Amino acid sequence: MPNEIHHRREVQALMDRGAQIVEVLPREQFEEDHLPGAIHLPLRKIEAEARKALDGDRPIVVYCWDSA
Amino acid sequence: MDGKLDWLAAGLPTEGSNAQLPRAGTVARRDVPTCRMDELLGPVRERVREAGWDACVVVNDERVVFGLLREAQLERDGDESIERVMRPGPSTFRPHVPIAEMAAFMVTHDLPSSPITTSDGRLVGLLRREDAVHAAHELHAGKEQTP
Repeated sequence: MPNEIHHRREVQALMDRGAQIVEVLPREQFEEDHLPGAIHLPLRKIEAEARKALDGDRPIVVYCWDSA
Repeated sequence: MDGKLDWLAAGLPTEGSNAQLPRAGTVARRDVPTCRMDELLGPVRERVREAGWDACVVVNDERVVFGLLREAQLERDGDESIERVMRPGPSTFRPHVPIAEMAAFMVTHDLPSSPITTSDGRLVGLLRREDAVHAAHELHAGKEQTP
């Protein structure tokens, strides 16, 4: 079930447990800076490619630029 | 979470082409002296001078920044409280700001130093203008040498 994560400490805890981290921003922004180990899945492609690119048995954290 | 911006603003590690570039948080001096608002200026000034500094950041027990003492404040009467003499609510900057941007801002606004804090206000370090300008020059010189 999807949950909203409000604090970076939760993300760090999930990362420690092997979560897959997904950035949905455009490639240029991803290449400049991304969270350690993040996978790039642009928003427009996420529905089509998520099943292929991600392991559904592990936690997945999806992030963009801010909370807006 | 509050997104990549919040992660960067907390000074947490990243990967990518910008990850190794100097930023406010990497150039800031983390050994800057700190004090609390309820201390007296005299002993704080002594501590600051002994450490070879001319500035001190006023924080609470969680290292949240409340004020700043620069040379002018440090020279005031030693019997006054820090709360009374400090510059309250100084402008703070986040650790991910590129160093060239910081250097330009500090020169334009004649800022000798600026506290660098996380998005929740906790002190990362004090960025001195000369350090920012030096790092920006080094970065610029490195780029010019790259073929």
